[in-house]
Amino acid sequence: MSALPDQQQPAAAGDQPRSGLADPPQTGGRSGARGRKVAAHVLPPLLFALAVLAIWQLGVRLADTEESTLPAPTQVFSAMWEIRDLLLDNAWVTIKEIAIGYVLAIVLGVGLAVLLCSSLLAERAMYPWLVVSQMVPIPAIAPILVIWTGFDMRPKVIVIALVSFFPIAVNTIDGIKSTEPELLNLLKTLGAGRWKRFWTAQLPSALPFLFSGLKIAAALAVIGAVFGEWVGADAGLGYLILTLNNQVATSEMFATIIVLAAIGIALFGLVQLAERLMLPWYHAGRKESNS
Amino acid sequence: MSAVPVAPAKLVVEGVGKRFDGDDGEAVVALAGADLTVAPGEFVSIVGPSGCGKSTLFNIVAGLTRPTQGRVLLDGEEPASLLGRVGYMPQKDLLMPWRSVLDNVTLGLEMSGVSRRQARARAQEELGRFGLKGFEKRWPSNLSGGMRQRAALLRTFLAGRELMLLDEPFGALDALTRQTMQEWLLDVWQADRKTILFITHDVEEAVYLSDRVYVMTGRPGSVQLCLDVELPRPRRFELHGSPEFVALKQKLLTPLHEASRRQLDAVVG
Repeated sequence: MSALPDQQQPAAAGDQPRSGLADPPQTGGRSGARGRKVAAHVLPPLLFALAVLAIWQLGVRLADTEESTLPAPTQVFSAMWEIRDLLLDNAWVTIKEIAIGYVLAIVLGVGLAVLLCSSLLAERAMYPWLVVSQMVPIPAIAPILVIWTGFDMRPKVIVIALVSFFPIAVNTIDGIKSTEPELLNLLKTLGAGRWKRFWTAQLPSALPFLFSGLKIAAALAVIGAVFGEWVGADAGLGYLILTLNNQVATSEMFATIIVLAAIGIALFGLVQLAERLMLPWYHAGRKESNS
Repeated sequence: MSAVPVAPAKLVVEGVGKRFDGDDGEAVVALAGADLTVAPGEFVSIVGPSGCGKSTLFNIVAGLTRPTQGRVLLDGEEPASLLGRVGYMPQKDLLMPWRSVLDNVTLGLEMSGVSRRQARARAQEELGRFGLKGFEKRWPSNLSGGMRQRAALLRTFLAGRELMLLDEPFGALDALTRQTMQEWLLDVWQADRKTILFITHDVEEAVYLSDRVYVMTGRPGSVQLCLDVELPRPRRFELHGSPEFVALKQKLLTPLHEASRRQLDAVVG
């Protein structure tokens, strides 16, 4: 489950400083080259998506499929526009649930990781149970949560936190353990105590791993929100899907799914942005070793 | 053992040994018993093949490992813990990739509670001497091997300990960079005469840099020979060709070669 970031450290001998710049500009100048590079990354997936949509549209037309079975993309987009207020209102509910649940998952995941790494006994006692906790089908305990907490936001937030804390915890544990033991020894000889060693060496070493966990958790959080709402809710995109399903409003259901996916992508993008801002050294090193 | 210096010693290692208890109940002796003395301001090297216990000895002097026999005296006293008392530079530069060069070299000051502003000011003064001026804002991954090593040395210097342990600091550098770094290290050391205990497996490097060289051999390791290097200072690269230099080198190489020959014979049978 833990995604390991590839930590590459360019080892350069010799006394010439390596330039921190990328390859020398090619013909057409630097900005032209950059523009082409962006285009090379953005155009293929965009064209691919357009092709899929075109085939979908054409297939539905040719086969003369019922809209309630499989709507054409144009029908989905016009349905999306028609129920835009409904989508926005319900999206807001789901976004709030995800935001709170996700933050809770970070607190829980990082907190557990720090606890488990702070004592060998704690790790031995709790790590197996941490893994076992993931064998429990968490959506299945959602109904119990509803019994305990009612139909408000709480059971959804708890389900989201429970499904998404695990990759955060496991990755952070791996990250803390990836700290070079020699670096910890060096800090000891400088008179650094346990907490100073944690803050100066172990926590920064763990950050790239933590961000990998956060990206996996972002996808899981959206799934958790939908499950949480299916069990018992009166608002939210998951709830909306159930309602639309009862009305066999297939186009509107597709539209809702697109909005849910957009929320997941936005969360993922936010995590990636935070990573870029918080770990400039990590990306500088990677760029360097890729060039 | 030859001439022990008269001045009160900075570091005395008395019959220090280390035995590790293996998992199978069999004890492994990593260090059989080492004696050495380093006077204040001296540059002393330990030469020996890998596996002779020199790194174990280093970890003991740095306070990272407790010896199972013998004792270590710092300024004539046996401290409760050597941690935080001795400057320590391991083989790897251990620069933290998430800190700029400047924030890496101030690590020691930061750990002893000096304010960030003061620490940076102190580091700025020394950047030029360590060939890092203009590079202080870079990430360590953007530095050459030689610069990384100089940054690690500056970090050790700035920690401000009287005695510094350097464990093969130039071991990973190419031969040419290595030689210029040796010359540079002598210049830096000459300027403020800190006490240095230096580990290497390169006999030439040991003779070139040191006032005294200890030879460690064997498994378990022990100090076999102590040789005073009475070559004039300041030393320059040309010294390598002088007959005195070659003679000293030969004197050190002979016991090292014999020991490794014996080891090979024991294996080959």
